[in-house]
Amino acid sequence: MATIYIDNQPYEVKDGQNLLQACLSLGFNVPYFCWHPALQSVGACRQCAVKQFKDENDTVGKIVMACMTPAANGTRISIDDVEAQAFRARMIELYMTNHPHDCPVCDEGGECHLQDMTVMSGHNYRSYRFTKRTYDNQDLGPFINHEMNRCIQCYRCTRFYNNYAGGRDFGPFASHNHVFFGRHEDGALESEFSGNLVEICPTGVFTDKTFKKHHSRAWDLQTAPSVCVHCGLGCNVTPGERYGELRRIRNRYNGEVNGYFLCDRGRFGYEFVNAETRVKEPLLRDDANTTLKAVSKNDALTRVRGLLRDGKVIGIGSPRATVESNYALRALVGAEKFYTGVAKTEHALTATMIDMMRHSPARVPSLREIGEADAVLVLGEDLTNVAPMMALQVYQALYRAMLPEAEKAGIPAWNDAPAREFIQNRRGFMAIAAPADTKLDAFAAVTQHIAPDEVARLGFAVAHEIDTSAPVVEGLSEEARKIAQAIAEGLKKAKRPLVITGPSCGSEDVLKGAFNVAAALCAQGADAALSFVMPECNSMGVGLLGGGALEDAVAAVESGAADTVVVLENDLYRRSEKGLVDRLLAGAKHIVVIDHTRNGVLERAEAVFPVATFVEGDGTLVNNEGRVQRCIQVMNPQEFVQESWRWLGEVCGTVWKNIDALQAELVKALPVFAGITDVVPGAEARFVGQRLPRQPHRYSGRTSMRANINVHEPKIAEDPDSAFTFSMEGFRGKVPGSVIPSYWTPGWNSVQGLSNFQEEVGGALCGGDPGVRLIASDKQAGYAGGAPVKAESRAGEKLVVALAHVFGSDELSALSAPVAERAPKPYMALNPADASELGVKDGDIVEVTVAGVALALPVQARPGLAVGLVGVPVGVVEVPAAQLPAWGVVKKRIEG
Amino acid sequence: MSERPLTERIRPDGAPITLSEYEAAGGYQAVRKALGGMSPKDVLQVVKDSGLRGRGGAGFPTGVKWSFVPENPHPKYLVVNGDEMEPGTFKDRVLLEGDPHLLVEGVILASYTIGADVAFVFLRGEYLESERQMKKAITEAYAKGYLGKNILGSEYSLELYVHMSGGRYICGEETALLNALEGKRGNPRTKPPFPQTSGLWGKPSIVNNVETLCNLPGIIAKGPEWFKGLSKTANGGTKLIGVSGKVKNPGLWELPLGVTFREVIFGHAGGMRDGLSLRGIIPGGASTDYLTEEHLDVEMDYETVAKVGSRLGTGTMILMDNKTCPVGMIHNLITFFAHESCGWCTPCREGLPWAEKTLRAIERGEGVMEDLAVLDRLVVDLGPGMTFCALAPGAMAPLGSGLKYFREDFERHIREQRCPWK
Repeated sequence: MATIYIDNQPYEVKDGQNLLQACLSLGFNVPYFCWHPALQSVGACRQCAVKQFKDENDTVGKIVMACMTPAANGTRISIDDVEAQAFRARMIELYMTNHPHDCPVCDEGGECHLQDMTVMSGHNYRSYRFTKRTYDNQDLGPFINHEMNRCIQCYRCTRFYNNYAGGRDFGPFASHNHVFFGRHEDGALESEFSGNLVEICPTGVFTDKTFKKHHSRAWDLQTAPSVCVHCGLGCNVTPGERYGELRRIRNRYNGEVNGYFLCDRGRFGYEFVNAETRVKEPLLRDDANTTLKAVSKNDALTRVRGLLRDGKVIGIGSPRATVESNYALRALVGAEKFYTGVAKTEHALTATMIDMMRHSPARVPSLREIGEADAVLVLGEDLTNVAPMMALQVYQALYRAMLPEAEKAGIPAWNDAPAREFIQNRRGFMAIAAPADTKLDAFAAVTQHIAPDEVARLGFAVAHEIDTSAPVVEGLSEEARKIAQAIAEGLKKAKRPLVITGPSCGSEDVLKGAFNVAAALCAQGADAALSFVMPECNSMGVGLLGGGALEDAVAAVESGAADTVVVLENDLYRRSEKGLVDRLLAGAKHIVVIDHTRNGVLERAEAVFPVATFVEGDGTLVNNEGRVQRCIQVMNPQEFVQESWRWLGEVCGTVWKNIDALQAELVKALPVFAGITDVVPGAEARFVGQRLPRQPHRYSGRTSMRANINVHEPKIAEDPDSAFTFSMEGFRGKVPGSVIPSYWTPGWNSVQGLSNFQEEVGGALCGGDPGVRLIASDKQAGYAGGAPVKAESRAGEKLVVALAHVFGSDELSALSAPVAERAPKPYMALNPADASELGVKDGDIVEVTVAGVALALPVQARPGLAVGLVGVPVGVVEVPAAQLPAWGVVKKRIEG
Repeated sequence: MSERPLTERIRPDGAPITLSEYEAAGGYQAVRKALGGMSPKDVLQVVKDSGLRGRGGAGFPTGVKWSFVPENPHPKYLVVNGDEMEPGTFKDRVLLEGDPHLLVEGVILASYTIGADVAFVFLRGEYLESERQMKKAITEAYAKGYLGKNILGSEYSLELYVHMSGGRYICGEETALLNALEGKRGNPRTKPPFPQTSGLWGKPSIVNNVETLCNLPGIIAKGPEWFKGLSKTANGGTKLIGVSGKVKNPGLWELPLGVTFREVIFGHAGGMRDGLSLRGIIPGGASTDYLTEEHLDVEMDYETVAKVGSRLGTGTMILMDNKTCPVGMIHNLITFFAHESCGWCTPCREGLPWAEKTLRAIERGEGVMEDLAVLDRLVVDLGPGMTFCALAPGAMAPLGSGLKYFREDFERHIREQRCPWK
């Protein structure tokens, strides 16, 4: 600890900080622009000026930039010094020589850091009397709106986009007061993290184009804490609603998970909530009628109750439905008649991963901890496309692994520019083995593009190189052994090595190989970590609930053990072979679907209940590290739409009073979920006797927004499930991190106000970061046995592998038009060697029959795809990811 | 006539001297002496003893700068700052074009002292003739074994390259120069760390001005006492001193440090043209404060000029006569600085254009008295310590001192709503 003096008062601060960090952590209002807790200091904006004094006798002092000055023991500064204050105001005045006065029509208005800092600095009258500088703006694609005239050149955008996220198609151009931030030409920003520019930019240069289309003021949005549903990482989000429409997604800080950032899939994938594919009323099919018709709630309930009473019922759950909804279905049909809705292979892989997490000697890291690894091995996953935010954290880890060297050279980690200049392109050790090249390959010391079985064998071989007591790999080539040795050497040097794997290779052996590497590293005394990628937002939660695989459900129907199937939020066609799902739907006499979005299964249903999406209801999701997190209802949905678990409660008659009651029952039935009740304060919780407001105190139009329908203000909707209320009124003080309604404190209207809710800037939220880990390891597991033998190739067939795409592979986000615009067209990737063997060039149509589906796709030669494999973009072609890899017959289409 | 170690070999027509001519005049003897028996520490001590100070403008003691370079890690770099873009400054060009081997020899000596493995000559983009002569000299030096592996049979090896600037004034700032050399935007870097510990590509590096390095062969060959004796004051050595402006004989001379402004202006430069009198002196490039007639007897060395409120800078003065509008002249300079701001920090990026527009308005007769308050404020806000690098404080030097010495001219512009010189 160091003691610093601020305006003659002593304060204790952590060692190794700069003055701005220290002052903000202490709660002082010091204005700043270029500094950001994730990007650190560069000293460009000159806004955080304070007066520094040599000692208590120094009355003159000199102005220094707080962000560039170490908070060393004995440092004496004044924030309130008249000269420093005047200088800060004049810096704002300088910005205002060019910043347009378009706040009333700017999307940033009302949550603008520049507005806040302007008020904070005291500047209010501008003496500049000349013309302002102007720019041409660019079309940056469907996500980001560009308005350069507002730019104050803080350089945060490029520091995030290029330095932090590794983007290459964006940056500063030109110089003097005409510095321009954009692309070399119009076009969609290529980075998967471009949406963060919206929150990184302290003013309205980069704003959310999807939000712009929905046209709302930031302070008119109703929000509540929520969790992203577009991959298995469980990033925390703040959805914003107005007039019954979801209008945008913003980051919600969780120090352990996503920190300050989101990926573009998570930020812009939300339009499925507003899509025309939504189901908003109960639907029933008449015997004679082949179409589904909207009916009253009672009619639907009566029919379904009848079906369930008379039939032999099974329930099929879903990895994209909440724990509560899956549990409610399980409770309805009975544990032995509950199926996870996931096909056999993925079902088994999920179970294996959970088992490994329960017994692994290695830590299961949070996303934050992934960013602290000092060496990384990725087996079989394309992180950028499967779990984008994990890729971003891996990228940070590789850079941070070099920071100790910079610190040895006297450069503190917060001094960002010198640290990067010192480190240059040197990065921590990373090795990646996967069927195809990945974006992270560019930063890996070792990359291997090999078939899934070889990925597994490499994993075992690396483990054996680290610890000879790990299972040996038979028949390993000398070349492969050398590669394994190089990877082992790289990992062994690390203090906190990390192994990442997942189900994308469809191989239990890949998981075992990764497990053994992590275990071997632990055996060597390293603080090793093992992280699994999970395919969907609640794959883990359903895995913990247990139940049969989808194939078992089909067997139950075909054996006659079941004739009535209740399908929960699951387009089965996306999760299993088409033939299998067709058999299930054909075999079942009655199909009841509970879902929010129309899909192939819903169209075959006899009865449909319309359900809430993640923003319209309450529920919990379990992420890839086993962290259970809560989605709190953001918006009051239309009449019939409610959570699946609520429908199921009504169907079986055992209506749960609220989510707390359901969770209490769940915990009794399945103690593994014990932590679920601690995620957020219960529905009965009150803060100083009040609920928590969903609407900001500046929310406008409350009394008039429905006046065209009825001049009486509607009664505030009830919320039986959480401490939140659909109102502007309520408690706005310090609350647990999981239920912070908005990061607002006086003077801090922008997202930067978050600092006031953290224990220290960039640290955990006051009262702890949200989420409860459900799984703890007993660390008892030994090595996973039996390295696999090399798979035999098949004459006339090729192994078809899944190629994931951040835009397009996820079911729900692909329904969002901006995301769909960025998704690839169907294609088939072939190694150029295979393409020439087949006699095809780019664009030629090649046919492949795989998992019962015949596809005809244009060829794209991809040198990074292993020879002998065929890659298809999952989610974009009809083959479900979970069915891959699979062998397929490939042939060139003969025209004619 | 005093000794002129820097320019004595240069032909009157400025055509470059060849390697053999240079050698015949005693060239490369200093390299032979250093590599033949002096340790890098010995050389460093001689340079420290000589009191040599950087000739690029800041005047930092060269030996002290070098002494911060750590023994390891390698590679280490020496970078020659030949990005001579300071308005009014044309001294390094004379050396680069006229006696390129003098610089090559200086580079070898400096590189040997700090243990550099590679050296770069970073030249102003427009200095095409300098580029040609430097490249030719480097080729000759390689052929003769002065560069490359095991120089003159010693253990020491050095590679030397020429790099042409993309053409920004800020690239003359040593850390912006390093960024530009790395292929990045030419923005200055945070200091500390200084280039000595984390410079080019994050490795220990020294950036020295052309003229600074050209002093080394003489210092090593003839010793520190000789070097100190060249000067009239405590600052050792000679200095290239130039005069531009409406004098009878504008030009560049190698003179002992400590020569007075009067000797230079009225002696070497022949005084003001007929009918003109001297009103202002910007002593060393555009980014130094005005001096006036009352300072004519000030001795030109680092401390003495600083004592009267300006800087020796590059030593190439710009004179203002009584028929030149001070507001117009300052506006001209500020226009240059505003254009050459890299755009990194706020005061410089936004403040200089404001100053430029205000000066333009005053010059055009559209000024208001409040403009002077704006300019006064900008002089403070863009001054030393407020900005990221020295560009804006440099720009404020002529503006701030101009407002002090020529305030009445500013006020007259505003009162009369016109430029009295037009």
